[in-house]
Amino acid sequence: MASILAVDDSASMRQMVSFTLRGAGHDVQEACDGVQALEFAGQKKYDLVLSDVNMPNMNGIELVKELRQLADYKFVPVLMLTTESAGDVKAQGKQAGATGWIVKPFNPEQLLSTIKRVLG
Amino acid sequence: MSIDLSQFHQIFFEESFEGLDVMESQLLDLQPQEVDAESVNTIFRAAHSIKGGAGTFGFMQVSEFTHVVETLLDEIRSGTRSMQRNYIDLFLQSVDCLRAMLGSLQSGSEPDGERAATLKASFEKILQQSADSDSQVTEEKPTVADEGCSNGWRITFRPAEDILQTGNEPFRMFRELQELVGADNLTVIPLTDNLPEFTSLHPENCYLSWVLEVRSDVNRDDIAAVFEWVADDCDIDYQPLSVAAAPDIPTADTAVTEMAESAVSTDSTEPVSAVIPDKVSEALSASAAQQAKPAARTAGKSNEPSSIRVSIDKVDSLINMVGELVITQSMLGQLGQDFDMSRLARLQEGLTQLEQNTRELQESVMKIRMMPISFAFSRFPRLVRDLGGQLGKQVNLVMLGENTELDKTVMEKIGDPLVHLVRNSLDHGLETTEQRLAAGKPGEGTITLNAYHQGGNIVIEVKDDGAGLNEERILNKARQKGLVPETQELSSEEIHQLIFLPGFSTADVVSDISGRGVGMDVVRRNIAELNGSIEVKSKRGKGSTFIIRLPLTLAILDGQLVKVKDETYIFPLVSIVESIQLQKRSLNHVTGSQYVMKLRDEYIPIVRLDELFNLRASDDEFENPMLVVVEGDNEKVGIVVDDLLGQQQVVIKSLEQNYKRVTGISGATILGDGTVALIIDVSDVGKNLDKSAKGQSRSDQAA
Repeated sequence: MASILAVDDSASMRQMVSFTLRGAGHDVQEACDGVQALEFAGQKKYDLVLSDVNMPNMNGIELVKELRQLADYKFVPVLMLTTESAGDVKAQGKQAGATGWIVKPFNPEQLLSTIKRVLG
Repeated sequence: MSIDLSQFHQIFFEESFEGLDVMESQLLDLQPQEVDAESVNTIFRAAHSIKGGAGTFGFMQVSEFTHVVETLLDEIRSGTRSMQRNYIDLFLQSVDCLRAMLGSLQSGSEPDGERAATLKASFEKILQQSADSDSQVTEEKPTVADEGCSNGWRITFRPAEDILQTGNEPFRMFRELQELVGADNLTVIPLTDNLPEFTSLHPENCYLSWVLEVRSDVNRDDIAAVFEWVADDCDIDYQPLSVAAAPDIPTADTAVTEMAESAVSTDSTEPVSAVIPDKVSEALSASAAQQAKPAARTAGKSNEPSSIRVSIDKVDSLINMVGELVITQSMLGQLGQDFDMSRLARLQEGLTQLEQNTRELQESVMKIRMMPISFAFSRFPRLVRDLGGQLGKQVNLVMLGENTELDKTVMEKIGDPLVHLVRNSLDHGLETTEQRLAAGKPGEGTITLNAYHQGGNIVIEVKDDGAGLNEERILNKARQKGLVPETQELSSEEIHQLIFLPGFSTADVVSDISGRGVGMDVVRRNIAELNGSIEVKSKRGKGSTFIIRLPLTLAILDGQLVKVKDETYIFPLVSIVESIQLQKRSLNHVTGSQYVMKLRDEYIPIVRLDELFNLRASDDEFENPMLVVVEGDNEKVGIVVDDLLGQQQVVIKSLEQNYKRVTGISGATILGDGTVALIIDVSDVGKNLDKSAKGQSRSDQAA
C-alpha cells in the first residue's frame, strides 16, 4: 500500500492506471501534466511517481528534473511511461533523474509487477 | 488480478475524438513554409496519445496506423524533415480515417481497414524516401546471446555513485533477484574498496559495489532485466560460474540481510544515514492521498451514454445554490411548524427567497447543458478549405461569437443544417474568382458565421458576400414547378422565401457539393423541429445572409398561455406572429367548412381550437374571441381562442413518453396550480387544414 502520483495528459490512461493501482490497494493522485504534478508533489510526499513523457505545459522529462530539485523527492522512484522503444527518450529520462520506465502499451498486470519492483 | 479494460473504452474514444479535433484545427492553421514548432508538437502529442491509448486498450489497427502518422510527425518535429503541403493533406486524411475507424469501433463494428492501408502505404512511401538528413534508424536493442544453461552467474555490480538520486535502490534489485532465483541460490558480497575517508563521504552517494553469485540455471537476460534501468550508468559484469567453482561464501541465505546492514552501517555515523528507509516509511504513514480529480467528468460506461464535460465552476455554483435552497427550506419548515398570522410577513419573505433560489438553480442547471457554439463551428474551417479547393474558389472563413453558448441537444441537431447552409453559400452563393474580379470584388470570397444571443434566443447567421439570390431564376423555377401561379406577382422577400419550399432547387446541374436531394425545405424543417426559425436576406451582387433563430434550450419553452373553454393551452412564444381581437365580419367562409380571414392584404386560414379538440357543443359560441396568428412551416394560421392568459417559461414534458403521441400537441407541462397544460404543435395544427382551403386562400391572394 503506497501513495502514488500518476501523471498523464490522457484521461483514459490516467483512469486505467489509477483504477489498476487502486485495485491493488494503493492511494492514487492523478495529475494531467507536469505543472499540476509539481503542485501535488509540493503538498505531499508520494512514494512513487508515474509519469507520461509527452505532455503539454511541462513534459515528463522536465518534471523529473524539477522533482529531483525538491528535497523530498531526491530519492523517490519516478517511472516514465514511454512508448518510445528507441533508447533516446529513456536516456533523456535517466539523465534527468528518472528511476526507470514502463513501455507502453502495457497491461494492468505488467504495470503492477513493475511498480512492485520499485516499491519492494 | 484481471481488469476489464473495456470500461475505459468510452473515455478513450472521447479523448481521441477531441485529440483528432485538435490535430485537425492545428493542421488547418499550419503554413508549410513557416511551421510553428509548438503546433507540430501539439499535433504530435495528440497522435501519440491516440497511439498509446489504442495500443493499451487493444485497438491494434488504430495503433498501427497511428504509428506511421506519428513517425512522420516526429521527423518533422525533430527537424529531420520539413513540412510540405502534401503532408498536411495526408495528415488531414489520416484524421478523417482515424475518426472513421474509432467511430466504427465505438459502435462495436469492425473498422474499414482498406482506407487505412492505402494511407499507411502513402506514409511508408514518404518515410522510405530518405529524410533531409540522415534517416532515423530505430535502435535495435543489442540482443545478448542466450547463454543460459550454465551453472549460474557471478555478477559484479558497480553502480554509479549517484544511483540513489535516481530513485534506484540496489537493495530492491537484489531482492528482485532473490525472488527470481530463490534465497538459497543467491549470495551477495559487498565490496567496500571505493569507500572514501569519512570526512569526504557524501551521505547521498553510493560508494559500495557488490559481487552477486547466482547459483541457479537462469538466463542471463532474465538477470539483466533486473538491472535494466541502471545498465547504462552502472558497471555490470556477468561471468558464468564454472561447474567446478564451488561457492566458498558462507551463509548464503542471510546474505541479503547482511548486505542491507552493511549498506546502512557504512554511513550510519551520519545523522541522515538511513535516509531512504526513513523517508519511505514516513511517506507510507502519511495521510491518505486527496482524491479530488482534476476535472469533473463522469466515467464512461461501455454502452456509451453520452456524457458532457462541465467546468468545475459550474458545478460549484450549483452546489452553492443547493446549499442556499436547503437553508430556505429549513427556514420555511421551521416557520410552518408553529405558524400564526403574525408571521405572515416572514412567510412571504421566505417564499420570495425560495422563488429566487429556484430561479437561480434553474439557470445554473441549464448552464450545465450549455456549450460554446465553437463545438458546432469547429468543423467549418476544414469543410471550407476542402470545398473551396474542390470548387476552385478562394474562400476566407470568418467565425464570430464562438463562445456563445447553447444547449447541447440543440447544438447536436443544428450541425447538419449549418453544414448545408455553408455548402450552399460556397457552391451557389460565392462566384468564381474570375466572376468576382470582373464584378470589381476582391477575388477571395468571405463566408461569415456569426452567433449571438438575442433575448431568450440564439441567433446564428451564415453570410456570404457572393452574388445574392437570383430572384428572376427563382421565380421562373417556382412557376415552372407550379409552386407559384403564372399571373401572381411577388415581392423580393416573398421570392426569397420560395427557396424554402419543398422540391425547390435552382442549381441547374446537381453538383456533388449541394443539391444532393436535401433542399432548403429540409433545413427549415430541421430548424422548426428545434422550435426555431430561419429567414434569408439577400441583395443582388452583395450576398445573402441566412438567419437562424433558436431557443437556447429544448427543455424549457417561453410559452403564451391561452384559455379555450375551461382548458389552458400553451403556444410557443416564438411561433406567435401577432394576437388580435377577432372581428366576426372579417371572417369569410370558403369551400367546405374552412374559414379564412383577411388580415391586411393576406388571407389566412382559421382554426378553432375548441372544434379541433371537441371542447364545445356546436351551438355554444365564443363571446369575445381572440385570434392568435402563428407561423409554422412558413404558413400562417390563425387560431381562435377564448382568452389570452399570461406568458411564462414552462418545462416541457414529453407526452409521447408518458402517454402517446397526440396530433396537434407537441408536449405538456405542469402549471403552478398543479394542472397539466398541453403545448400546441403549431405546424401540426396547420397541416390539419382543409387542403382546398389552402389553395383557395392562395388564389384569393393572387386575385
